Amino acid sequence: MARTEVLKTYKLYINGGFPRSESGRSIKALGADGGLMAHICHASRKDLRDAVGAARAAHCKWLARTAYNRGQILYRLGEMLEGRAEEFAQAIKQSTGDDLRTARKEVQASVDRFVAYAGWADKFPQVLGCQNPVAGPYYNFTVPEGTGVCAVVAPDEASLLGLVSLIAPVICAGCTVVALGSEAHPIPTSILGEVCQVSDVPAGVINLLMGKRGELIDWIAGHGEIDAVHAAGMSEKEAKGLRMGAAVNVKRVRIRDTSGDGWYDDEVCESPWWVEGFVEMKTIWHPSGA
Amino acid sequence: MVDARAASFTKRSIKTSMKDAGLRIVLSMVDLTTLEGKDSAEKVRSLCRKAITPDINDLTLPHVAAVCVYPELVTTAKEALAGSGVRVASVATGFPSGQFPIDVRLEDTRRAVEAGADEIDMVISRGSFLAGDRGKVYDEIASIKEACGDAHLKVILETGELETYDLVRAASDLAIHAGADFIKTSTGKVSPAATMSVTLVMLEAIRDHYLSTGVRIGMKPAGGISKAKLSLHYLVMVKETLGDEWLDPGLFRFGASSLTNDLLMQLAKLREGRYPAKHDFSDA
Repeated sequence: MARTEVLKTYKLYINGGFPRSESGRSIKALGADGGLMAHICHASRKDLRDAVGAARAAHCKWLARTAYNRGQILYRLGEMLEGRAEEFAQAIKQSTGDDLRTARKEVQASVDRFVAYAGWADKFPQVLGCQNPVAGPYYNFTVPEGTGVCAVVAPDEASLLGLVSLIAPVICAGCTVVALGSEAHPIPTSILGEVCQVSDVPAGVINLLMGKRGELIDWIAGHGEIDAVHAAGMSEKEAKGLRMGAAVNVKRVRIRDTSGDGWYDDEVCESPWWVEGFVEMKTIWHPSGA
Repeated sequence: MVDARAASFTKRSIKTSMKDAGLRIVLSMVDLTTLEGKDSAEKVRSLCRKAITPDINDLTLPHVAAVCVYPELVTTAKEALAGSGVRVASVATGFPSGQFPIDVRLEDTRRAVEAGADEIDMVISRGSFLAGDRGKVYDEIASIKEACGDAHLKVILETGELETYDLVRAASDLAIHAGADFIKTSTGKVSPAATMSVTLVMLEAIRDHYLSTGVRIGMKPAGGISKAKLSLHYLVMVKETLGDEWLDPGLFRFGASSLTNDLLMQLAKLREGRYPAKHDFSDA
């Protein structure tokens, strides 16, 4: 007897769990051949709000972890991603129509990106921080600390590598993340949630939404609880709207113009300067002997 | 039955202008509460400023109904709220346990009233009630009502300790007959605190009393209502159980501390079209 294929419904990843959208809506994820790949939960702005709440609640504890431990967890993300590499590669291939070799290359680069930022976690403070010469009996130094809750708006293309490249430096900085994945190719975003859940990432530190950028971007821009935005693949109009909304509560906004092969440029995408956008500099005056 | 009926009130969709109107009504019904061992005069003064002007960015908002504090801080609250229309409520009678001799509880009440409390939130002796000594509980409420003088008396049943809806109903009837102006679910110190089901049972006791005597008793759910959306569900329940007359701070209150900020955040979102941050609003 012919077996009915069981198609998976891909869910959102919020606060360490996999809710369906609060709205009950779903989107059909179509493959490059036009066939139905799966149904995807379609995040509403209430889901966004829930995710931001979870990210806010998780931030203090994430920041309180040692940089070394954040590095370990980022490395674990890379490990777990590697373990499911083939699932990601097949999803990318089917969704984009890329050949399998290209899709695998994207997954490998994503693993490497997590590993690169795992390395940076306890080293970027030495690059971005400094000891300041002051005229007085003080030992004066500056250290970077994660800004807070950061929204990531991922590009449509490089649906995994783009998303990972935007998330990793932010997590590395000590921020928590609410990410809106690729609208065109949403499945890797959801699988990444499954990777996060088994990677020692504390609940709420990474939250992943799939949905329509046009519906959510203004709410991201204006949300008072979001402290920073890391985005790529934006149209001029979207970028302008984001900056206008972000100005209300003085969000830190970094919009990357990386695209295509640019995501494979390690010099650019694995730099402490990608972390720098998501830290606050804390300067300490410590009395020292006269 | 009660649970199903209570759940049915959560199915209404209240949006935009109706939501705005509803949230304003809820805000005007809040008993802004601080009942912690670490409460200080300055915290209470700060809370009183918030009670009078909940959000400095929107002066069209109503003030809350009352500020609810421990007896020791009534004088401070009274001074800070002078002339504002916000009432001072004080817990008394050996709050939150009620496990004190009756003369101490009466003295506690008298002093709070003398210090200027407009409303007294008393606790019943749940131990006596559960042991079946209902006459004693009745007499206590009656004597404390007398000690209140002109101050309104709210009787806290502490429904989280009463085990069943039948007992909640019995305690509600008892409190109403003994002279309560308001009946109130909880101290906020026991979990579970207010639930919609338990509030519905108490609202029905109030309704039956009104139908048989024509006297209107007030209701105050307290504890555990921290979201604006939930407070709107309560409004729907009150309206559909008791009618519009009870949609008034004189007959319905929310005992809450964190609810106010969620109301203010929702109102700000309606006003500005974006989600505000928690840290835009002061705790006290």
